[in-house]
Amino acid sequence: MSKYSRRRILRGMLNGTAVSVALPLLNCFLNANGTALASGKPMPVRFGTWFWGLGATNAIFVPKKVGRDYDIPSQLAPVGRVREHVNLFTNLMAFRDGEPNLCHHSGWVIGRAGVAPKAEGDKPGETLDITIAGQIGRTTRYRTLTATATGDFRNTVSYENANAPSPPEISPINFYSRLFGPDFQDPNAPGFTPNPRAIARRSVLSGVMGEIKTLERTVGAEDRQRLDEYFSGLRHLEQQFDQQLTKPEQIAACHAPPVVKEEPRMGNEESLVAERHRMLTELMVMAVTCDQTRVFNMTYSDAQANTTQAGYEKPHHTTTHEERVDDQMHYQPHCAWFSARAIEAWASFVEAFAKVKEGDGTLLDNVLIYANTDHGEARIHSLDNMVAFTAGRAGGRIKTGLHIDAGRTSVTRVGFTAMRAMGLDVPSWGVRSNNTSQEFAEIVADSRSAHG
Amino acid sequence: MSHSGRKFTVVATVSALVLAGGLVVGGHALFSRPGGRAPPPVGSEKRLRLITQEQYLNTLRYVFGPDVRPEVHFAAVQRVDGLLGVGTSFAGITDAQLEIYQQTAATVAAQVLSPESRGFLVPCKPASDERPDDPCAREFLKTVGRLLYRRPVDAARLTELVQEADQATVGLKSFYAGLEVVLEGLLLSPDTLLVVEHAETDPEHPGRLRLDAYSLASRLSLFLWNAAPDDELLSAAQSGDLLTARGLAREVDRMLASPRFETGVRAFFDDMLALESTRTLAKDSVIYPEFTSQTAQDSREETLRTIVDHLLTRHGDYRDLFTTRRTFVSPALAAIYQIPTGPGWTPYEFPADSPRSGLLTQVSFLALHSHPGRSSATKRGKALRELLLCQDVPRPPPDVDFSAVENPDPNLHTARERVGVHLKNPTCAGCHRVTDPPGLALESFDGAGVYRTAENGSPLDTSGNLDGKPFKDPVGLGLALHDNPSLGSCLVRRAYDYAVGAPTASRDRPVLRDLNKEFAADGYRLPELFRAIALSESFAAIAPERVRHRQSPSTVQAALSSGGTQPIVLAY
Repeated sequence: MSKYSRRRILRGMLNGTAVSVALPLLNCFLNANGTALASGKPMPVRFGTWFWGLGATNAIFVPKKVGRDYDIPSQLAPVGRVREHVNLFTNLMAFRDGEPNLCHHSGWVIGRAGVAPKAEGDKPGETLDITIAGQIGRTTRYRTLTATATGDFRNTVSYENANAPSPPEISPINFYSRLFGPDFQDPNAPGFTPNPRAIARRSVLSGVMGEIKTLERTVGAEDRQRLDEYFSGLRHLEQQFDQQLTKPEQIAACHAPPVVKEEPRMGNEESLVAERHRMLTELMVMAVTCDQTRVFNMTYSDAQANTTQAGYEKPHHTTTHEERVDDQMHYQPHCAWFSARAIEAWASFVEAFAKVKEGDGTLLDNVLIYANTDHGEARIHSLDNMVAFTAGRAGGRIKTGLHIDAGRTSVTRVGFTAMRAMGLDVPSWGVRSNNTSQEFAEIVADSRSAHG
Repeated sequence: MSHSGRKFTVVATVSALVLAGGLVVGGHALFSRPGGRAPPPVGSEKRLRLITQEQYLNTLRYVFGPDVRPEVHFAAVQRVDGLLGVGTSFAGITDAQLEIYQQTAATVAAQVLSPESRGFLVPCKPASDERPDDPCAREFLKTVGRLLYRRPVDAARLTELVQEADQATVGLKSFYAGLEVVLEGLLLSPDTLLVVEHAETDPEHPGRLRLDAYSLASRLSLFLWNAAPDDELLSAAQSGDLLTARGLAREVDRMLASPRFETGVRAFFDDMLALESTRTLAKDSVIYPEFTSQTAQDSREETLRTIVDHLLTRHGDYRDLFTTRRTFVSPALAAIYQIPTGPGWTPYEFPADSPRSGLLTQVSFLALHSHPGRSSATKRGKALRELLLCQDVPRPPPDVDFSAVENPDPNLHTARERVGVHLKNPTCAGCHRVTDPPGLALESFDGAGVYRTAENGSPLDTSGNLDGKPFKDPVGLGLALHDNPSLGSCLVRRAYDYAVGAPTASRDRPVLRDLNKEFAADGYRLPELFRAIALSESFAAIAPERVRHRQSPSTVQAALSSGGTQPIVLAY
């Protein structure tokens, strides 16, 4: 290709001024159909999750019509903007199978790990994002990226195992630095010189790995597993160093966003959460665009959401318990307000991916995002009538624009469908009543060959 | 606070203990139990603990100096049986964590080997800045490696490290850059970031296992200093002195007299009181405009300063922490306490007629266990039960019917009236009868911790009783808590768990019973308790390995209730 990329020319035209336009992949990077890179590699397909606490106000959220062109009740209004890109699932169940209804815990654990927890301290085993990362996330700089807009570094719904939660990014400044700091390899940078420090680091790392082997001889079986995790983490670092020694493939739409200089204010007030969510989303979208990761997680509000409304004394969760059901509306108005803000954040998250051009479509076309929550009707902390979304077409493997009545089947069906779309050859997923081998056939595209 | 004054007090205290009885604390022999009536110590299983962020930072500070304090955010550890410190024995390790460790290591190594620091942090000067220098690299890596690994670096490994430094020096054309990359490796090493305990046969008691000397040194220093051992402690381990009764006592007394003990005590209470949550504590700025992020941050510091002042500087009775009127205030806290103050931190004593008395009435407790926009009698009562009395307050049982607490009557003005709804429902009443009475006493303070006498225009009734001891206001609640037998035994249990990094099991009953007796006999003094734990045979004894499992707090509570402590029985 020409040594003068369009991006470089644009930069020159703007005299180096920071621009935040998304640049499409140039035709010269693509095959004739715009569905694969010129090198012949298929466009990468990515998987993401999005989480919000305390569900929706079903009375003003669930459309009456199923299928395409469904009606948009008031709380679903923001989704109206992205309806063509998403699927809405309603009437889902999280089956407890005789285990207690651990409020704010059972619902999301079943939705992410497929099994009903027995106790509050019973954290999920491997969540589906980690399972999928094992399939599609091995080659990127980060196997997964996780962020939360709650401002609390303990809020995560991604677990490698029960004792290993994925630590979420809470600070946009730190997240920027991690993604686009000095170790970021701009795939569109002219020229390439391997970093000699990376060579030295890689060599030293081999010795550190040897230390693990020595320790393994002295510990019991459980701790050996933890040492294995440590070893796996070192391998991951080794891979990162290797990548620094390899010229990355060009990605026209990839550009480091403007440096984040100021942290959003701490706090759970909705506008603060929304701003933190916006900033973290912007960084996450560009991380995916730049192929820094192919698996990502974003949390808007934690299970048992504690988002607040300025001047209103009860946070979201307390509101579900204590707010009077309005006689005219037949629902809790403040509670509905909180849910509506979450749905607005979800729509904005989807839009952020849809804005980035990639190939002859958008980044969202090559992404599948699964969004779930912890409860159905929050007022009674129900595990019935739960809702979930997917967004994106997963490189043509998923059809969108549908409202699907799940007919009181397990929420694990959404996760199972996602796993299959990501190429996992698994016959079923989930435990006991939450075990399923049934994809949502309505959203599975007929042909999976395009990017297989 | 007069830091030097506190140090003097602790030194004087410990010296007095040593002078008065050598290995005797509070009249109780710690090594030779009279008559041989005590059963052999069971000890705890050897552990693999993940070093915490604060332990890592403290260690860096002690090895490289106070300027080396990188901004880091290690992954959160889950609280197990009330302590993050116990959670480190179970915590897994993720790729993302290793990335954090690597980035931190790179930052630290760059700072240590920077032109500004290398002159005093590298104990030798290479013959050339651009070429390998084996003797200098070896000296640096041997010294630093021993302190970071908490034991000498194996000779073969040290040779490897020197070779790696040589190679990196050649590749990077700089001796210091080469050393920097190898230091990154040391800082990233499992020998630094994981505390792997090793056991050996106890020669004095065939058939029993004990920690080896270096593992004992690490367990001691993490417990008492919240940091890795220093050179002197490692030397005592190397010589074997630490494995003798006298040598161990000498080291423990030295550690108790060190300024690092204050850091250790702060870390323990930070963990026990879950004060890390103040990092994310925020209040509704419309409802509580006076409560800022600075208030949250200062509330943690106030509580820790009060604890250090009372327990170490004044060598006070632990129970009096809940009645003392002495505290420390900052401008941000003065706004909540509605008192005048100057800049910075100032010692302050609330007057005798003030409703403020003890830790329960400090902002950290009141605001942390409230909602963002209002107080919560239930959250405060639950925190008191769980954090201070080691009692388990269950979550709502399965299939709870929330209809009883939905749609409360808007004419109910006070928390007492609102939570009264819970008591009408048998499903809710069991737990709320336990949590709400102490919480309602603290309704004298709003969600930010500001004092009030009425809520929504209705006067507050703050009377109640704590496990049969009546009170009429927050001051009385503090007194009732002071006299609650579970207060001291809970501290003993938490301190022991924290020390060994494991949840209490029924097999620990004898050692807890002994420690409880000693703690009471010593007048509930913390340094004596920590000393007794560190010198107890159980602290260093290793139990045979078995299948590890986490016990639920209720299981532990049941075990302890038959061991002489007096936990409440929750009626539900």
